[in-house]
Amino acid sequence: MKFSIRMSGLGGQGMVTAANLLGSAAVKDGKYSIVIPFFGAEKRLAPTESYLRISDEAVYEKGEVTYPNIILIFHEEVITKGKSYTMPFYEGIERNGLVILNSRSDDLLAEDDLQQLIELNVQIRYIPATQLAIEIAGTELATNMVMLGALLGVLDIVTLESLEQAIAERFGKGKFIASATTAALDDVLKRKYAKAQELVEKNMQAIRAAYTSMKEAQLV
Amino acid sequence: MVERKIVDPEYLLHKAPREKKFLIGNEAVAEAVRRANIDIVVAYPITPQSEATHIVGDLYAQGYIKDYYRGEDEFAVMSAIAGASMGGARTFTATSGPGTLRAFEMFPTWAGARLPVVCAFMCRGVNSPLSIQPDNIEIGWLMDTGMLIFHAEDPQDFFDMTLIAYLVAEQPDVHLPVGVCVDGFFVTHTREIVELPPENEIFPPYNPHLSPVPIMDMETPPIRQMRDPFVMKSNYISYNTHASWQQEVRAASIRARKHITRYLGSAVEVTYPEANILLIASGTAAAQARVAMEQARQEGVDVGLVKIKVLRPFPEAEIIELAQSPERIIVPEHNITGWLAREIKSRIKDSGKVEGGPRVFGGMTMPPKIIFDKIKQNGRMM
Repeated sequence: MKFSIRMSGLGGQGMVTAANLLGSAAVKDGKYSIVIPFFGAEKRLAPTESYLRISDEAVYEKGEVTYPNIILIFHEEVITKGKSYTMPFYEGIERNGLVILNSRSDDLLAEDDLQQLIELNVQIRYIPATQLAIEIAGTELATNMVMLGALLGVLDIVTLESLEQAIAERFGKGKFIASATTAALDDVLKRKYAKAQELVEKNMQAIRAAYTSMKEAQLV
Repeated sequence: MVERKIVDPEYLLHKAPREKKFLIGNEAVAEAVRRANIDIVVAYPITPQSEATHIVGDLYAQGYIKDYYRGEDEFAVMSAIAGASMGGARTFTATSGPGTLRAFEMFPTWAGARLPVVCAFMCRGVNSPLSIQPDNIEIGWLMDTGMLIFHAEDPQDFFDMTLIAYLVAEQPDVHLPVGVCVDGFFVTHTREIVELPPENEIFPPYNPHLSPVPIMDMETPPIRQMRDPFVMKSNYISYNTHASWQQEVRAASIRARKHITRYLGSAVEVTYPEANILLIASGTAAAQARVAMEQARQEGVDVGLVKIKVLRPFPEAEIIELAQSPERIIVPEHNITGWLAREIKSRIKDSGKVEGGPRVFGGMTMPPKIIFDKIKQNGRMM
């Protein structure tokens, strides 16, 4: 199975980190993956995308994912204000694809767009990712984690274990975790370690909540 | 810093056990720098290169490199690198697009002074209008500087080719600078699986006394090279020396071939050479072409791929040979000028069968589909 994933959002929402974590988890699962971010010279809140290809076989293709089978939209303005590198946001999506939208409402799409996606038999899923991030992890910075959890709740692209490992490496600052078991740690390192551990745990909580919420919705 | 162990370069490249990492191109090139036993790095930040020399700066802080600083601009950087190299140091630097152009005078200077400098070019669009995105138009200009030019397809190539660049550059019968080029973002910022040898195993130090030209020291001060050049003496011998020296630089480039073959295997990588339609590409265009080739072959189209890894010295004999049997040759490129198509057309007998393009430039992605469409179109023409 080959997954071609496009994540669109506003700079600072963590599309790049999310793609790196998912790609890293895929590699840990023994798969092949290529991750590439795309952004301009602008600052925060400017259009930012990341592209991720995951496959059981070697992946060569570089650059933007022009024909995705999965699209994650991290911010409503990607759609309402055209803050993306492709317009409409679902340009190039493959038949039977999947779109996950971060929105508190579930009627974000214009009638025309909705019709197009229905014709392509695209599954459309909504999740209030920013709201969940604030409620569970205490910060909207965890929006990307909720989006990842939601994606895994719909499709088993990577294992939760590998994702957790990737997150621990990314936020646990590697060496601090590795040396935390030694008795010689000074207080600063201990505090850093505790903080990193907490960060990993909060992120995983956000992921699990979104994962469960998607799984349950599927059962209904 | 871990304790380092000097090992045989061929062992490090081809035999040392390798571990899988998930790295972006900028991290991969820094991993090559870590193992290359480098004396000095001078750099100036520019997207998409900045991250690479930032990480290399961390390596300096950890003790892997003897000296490191940020120059005033790219011209200052490349000049400082020339000075360090003339003084017998192993150097590394990197730049991108507009930085390459600002520093340009130094590239033929490096080649003429026979400096074994290794410079990474993380290619990007050039002005105007300003762009920071991928576009490798600068390679076309670099090809006539006398430098050797490698073109890496992915972070793995970037790592291997950077190390190989030092081995080839420092051969006494070569002693030329090497530009290791990659397409910005599509390699520099792209995260892929990269296999790396142990981080504590490094190259032996550079031995400047094997240089075919004298290194600068108290016996051979810079004044000999800089103040008494041929230009100061207007006579027959002076002009002739300058002319023959340029020929010698090109001859040294040709002599590099055997070393490239030894360390890199071959300057080209060929899949289905007997095919009716042949794609010839370098850099990430080769990656996209490979995907298009697989798709087309699944549909029964007889198509093959030649990935050119070394642009200078150009693999002339290989391309002439490979160009004989196919009816059509397609050359996809990430620039508007089509320098690779030009290189190929100027060398083969029947240049009419070469279709230059598709070309994508200005920062956009080259979807394999447009190469696929071109293959189908050429298939119908046959």
